[in-house]
Formats: sequence, C-alpha cells, structure tokens
Amino acid sequence: MEQYYHSVTLDKEKCMGCTNCIKRCPTEAIRVRDGKAVIIKERCIDCGECILVCPYHAKTAVTDPLSVINDYRYKIALPAPSLYGQFKNTDDINKILSALIDLGFDDVFEVARAAEYVSYLVRETLKKPGCKKPLISSACPAVVRLIQVRFPGLIGNIVRIASPMEIGAQLARDRFCREHEVSPDEVGVFFITPCAAKMTSIKNPIGNEKSYVNGAISMLEIYRHILERLDKGKGEKLQSASSSGVRWAITNGESRSLGIENYLAVDGIHNVIAVLEEIENNKLDDLDYFEGLNCVGGCVGGPLTFENSYVANSRIRRLVKGIESKALDEAEAEYVKSNTRWKLEKNIMEKSVLKLDTDIEAAIKKMKELEVINASLPGLDCGSCGSPSCRALAEDIVRGDASELDCIFKLREKVRKLAKEMIELSDKQIHTRKEPE
Amino acid sequence: MLTGDRENIIELSYPVAPNDFSAAGDVSAKVKMLLKHLGIDAAIVRRAAIACYEAELNLVIHSYGGYIRLTVSPDEIIIKAEDTGPGIPDIDLAMTAGYSTAPETARELGFGAGMGLPNIKRCADVFEIRSEVGQGTYLTIIIHHD
Repeated sequence: MEQYYHSVTLDKEKCMGCTNCIKRCPTEAIRVRDGKAVIIKERCIDCGECILVCPYHAKTAVTDPLSVINDYRYKIALPAPSLYGQFKNTDDINKILSALIDLGFDDVFEVARAAEYVSYLVRETLKKPGCKKPLISSACPAVVRLIQVRFPGLIGNIVRIASPMEIGAQLARDRFCREHEVSPDEVGVFFITPCAAKMTSIKNPIGNEKSYVNGAISMLEIYRHILERLDKGKGEKLQSASSSGVRWAITNGESRSLGIENYLAVDGIHNVIAVLEEIENNKLDDLDYFEGLNCVGGCVGGPLTFENSYVANSRIRRLVKGIESKALDEAEAEYVKSNTRWKLEKNIMEKSVLKLDTDIEAAIKKMKELEVINASLPGLDCGSCGSPSCRALAEDIVRGDASELDCIFKLREKVRKLAKEMIELSDKQIHTRKEPE
Repeated sequence: MLTGDRENIIELSYPVAPNDFSAAGDVSAKVKMLLKHLGIDAAIVRRAAIACYEAELNLVIHSYGGYIRLTVSPDEIIIKAEDTGPGIPDIDLAMTAGYSTAPETARELGFGAGMGLPNIKRCADVFEIRSEVGQGTYLTIIIHHD
C-alpha cells in the first residue's frame, strides 16, 4: 500500500472555505467540505498552486526547520541552483556557499554540479537508438507526479535518471566520509529547497526505494540567515558548478545544457498540461526533448523562494555570464557513465486515481450516470458546491462523495418546487369544514 | 451528449464545427478524460487519443462539419467520424502518407502534413472508411481493450 506524504497542507484556522484553490488545482484534488478545504491526498501532486492562490495563506508547505541539522554530527548543505538568484548585488556564488558554512554546515555540495552529470546522462540517453521521443525531463517532481495522475500513457517517455538532488546527496556524503574518515550515518545531507514538491520527493521518492537526502529546508526560512552572513566569508573558493548546471534554476536551462536544438521548455503547470495533451495526441512527434516545469520562470519561481521569479531569473542569467562553461573531462564522463546507482531502481507507477471503478462494467454505468447528472447541472462552474466544476460535482456524486442538492441552483429549484406544493396544499379545500367567508 | 441506452455500453456524440481551430482538440480531450475515468489501460488510451485527435482535426480542416461518436463497451472502443461533405474522391490516395489536400490556412497552423489517416489506421485494430463525393465521409475505427 502506497503511503501518501504531502508537503502541501492546510491550516484549517485560516481557511475561509472560498473557491480559489479548488478552481486552480491542476488535478482537481481539492474540495470544500463543511466550510473548509480538503485535499484529496491521492490526487495532490504538491505543485503549490494552492499556496500561491490562497488569499488567506491557509495553504502552506511543510519543510524541515533549520534546527533539524543538529540531529546529525556532520551536516552538509545541498543548495538548489535557484538559491543563487535570491540575493541582490551578489555576483559571486562563493559568498552564498561560504555563508552556508558560517551558518553551521560542515560542507556544501552544489546541486548545480550534479545537474551537469544528469545533463550528460540525458545526452547519452537521447543518442540511444529506440529512445522514446520526446524524452520528458524528470527534473520537476510535480510534473512527474502530474504525468502519473493525468498522463500515465507518457510515463514511458520520462527520463529514468535520479534527480540532481539525489545524485548530489550521494556524492556529497561519499566525499565527506572519504575526506574526514567518518561513518555515513553520522552525516546529514540537507537540500535547500525552492518548493514543496522536492520536500515530498525526499519523504516519498519516485522511482527509488529511499532518498539519500535527510531533510529539506525552505529557502524562505534560510534566506535571512544567509543574507546576514553574505560578506562574512573568508573568500574561499567553494563553487565548482559551471554555467550549464547553474542555468537549471531557470526555464530552458536544462534543455540548453543538452546541446540539442529540437527541444521545448514550458513553465507554469497549466501550460505544461496543455503541451502534455499535445504530446499525448502525438502532435509533437518530431520533438526530441520536453522540459516541463511547474513554476513560472522555472525553479526560481518556486513557492518557497523569496525573490520575484523574474528578478531571480535575470540574476541567474547575469551570474552564468561570469561563470565558465566547461564540459565534463573524459575521466569524469567515464565515471558518470559507469555509475549504475543513478539509474532509477523502480518503475514510475501510474496512479489510477481517475478511475471511477475497477470493474469496467461498473465504471461504464457510473460514467453514464455522470453524463446524465452533468447535463442536468447549470454549467456555471461556480464552485459553490465545493467541487471545482459542475462536471467534477457530477463525478463526486457518482463516487458517492456529494449529492445533487450540494448544487445551490438545484437546491433552489427543489425549494421552489416544495414551496409551490405547499401553496397548492394550502389552497386545497377541506371538505369537512366550511371555509370562513 | 449521451446517446442510446444499451446496457454495459456508453455512447456519446460530439459535434465538430468546420474551420474552428480554436476548439480543435476539445473533443479528443473529453474523450481521453472519459477513457481514463473508465480505467482503460494507459497505452490503449494513448492510441485512442491519437486516432480521435486526428479524426477530429480532419473534420475541422476538411469537412463541412460533423460528429465524433464514441462507443465504449467492456471490450472495445469504437470511434466514428461522420461528416456531411465534401467527400474524398480517391481514398487510396488520401491514405498515402504525406499526401494532403489541407488548405494553406490549416498548414500555417502546423496541420495538414498528410499523416492523419495513416496515423489513425496505425492506432486502430479495425479501420473502415467510406466516402461519397458530395455526400460525406464515414470513418469507423475499433480498438480492442480488455
């Protein structure tokens, strides 16, 4: 039985029961019941759209508190490349990395560096004969989960390589243990995350048994601590990522690192859905690579970032101009190629949450009911019933999770009918008694 | 719209307007979602999706308007595309990969590469097409699932 851990959670106190989140959710995973939002955990992909859209800030992403690093004797920070775009007037990545050391980490390992290894492996995959095209990036966990829920026919197109975060965690721990002669379980590796989806990937990995990362700390939480320490560093050179890895922070970055022309990079979950529909229809059959990112602007647009996505995007572009672009040397490439640990161990599974019934005959019967109910609803998609659209309400009714009278228009119709019957009844003559003149 | 009421079978009919590129793909999106709700195997849904999309596009680009009719029973998916003209004078030629009569307006939008009918056939277990010039074209495909 699969467990459903989700980083995205609801603060019931703050929830007003409005319809903003249910209307915006790309997998129709939220309903309003008894005046509060309820997340259907099987459907949630941790994209964070509801966090962005909730006017009452009732949706939050649970990450680990910074203090969690003290659970380990040695602590390593794994900064996502998007962290580099968060600080004004910072043209040197070393300053950010030094600040992390000053903050109490014993070592830092740039996820951007590991991203370069992933790029190399993806390039190799694309060259293989029989590679399913378009190959779909696995960089964004929310998009991978979206495919599991809504586009299971495309699972076979997803890159089967561990994420830069996972590879970074392995390399960081190995290096630290080797250099300091300590045991791996004394070392905690912590991802500095721009989003909720990555947090969920650590607790509930896709395609691997367990994560090599011990926790995720939100960029929002760590921002102030880094800011205070930006100019305190000793000027040591900690940065090893090249421009192609750092560029993964923004839309197009991953694709550009592949050295191919025929790619498509799309950001914003609703735009990604539109393109996945086209890929499903084979409309983009001449495409080699598809990079789909949940957040606008790429990871710099994550719900846990401090800086405005566009500002951070422009900073990343400026930063990479000052960094060397170097390809992996031969020995490194050979090492990356031979590393079987970085292939996904498990199949990415379909999540058949859309299914109305496991039995096809029962499903057909329910589908017919759904169509009939849907046709009888007003088609306004107002959301007052607590379901995101009239069709979703029809679906909830056939699943037994809602009733037709949850629709306020249906309710009004019913009340009107009852009222009419009452009037008719009250007009009815009573034969045993003479009505007063 | 739901049509017919045979037990264990769902039948739906969707109108497709000619030349309406803004709505092109809406019917196949609905059909795909419906098949996913029925719990049909992902690979089968994919084949049905491709066939239905191409058939829908054919109606938009070439026809005077028509219908996509979907029938799902516990063991097969039937997709029919029916239109009211203009009809295909030479079906063998139309079935040739790369042959296209799509107007410039459609090609500008990236459609009309002449792969529509061959793609549909590739996705179908049973493929039937008949056409009469001035009358219309009737396409039926069957995909077995189960």
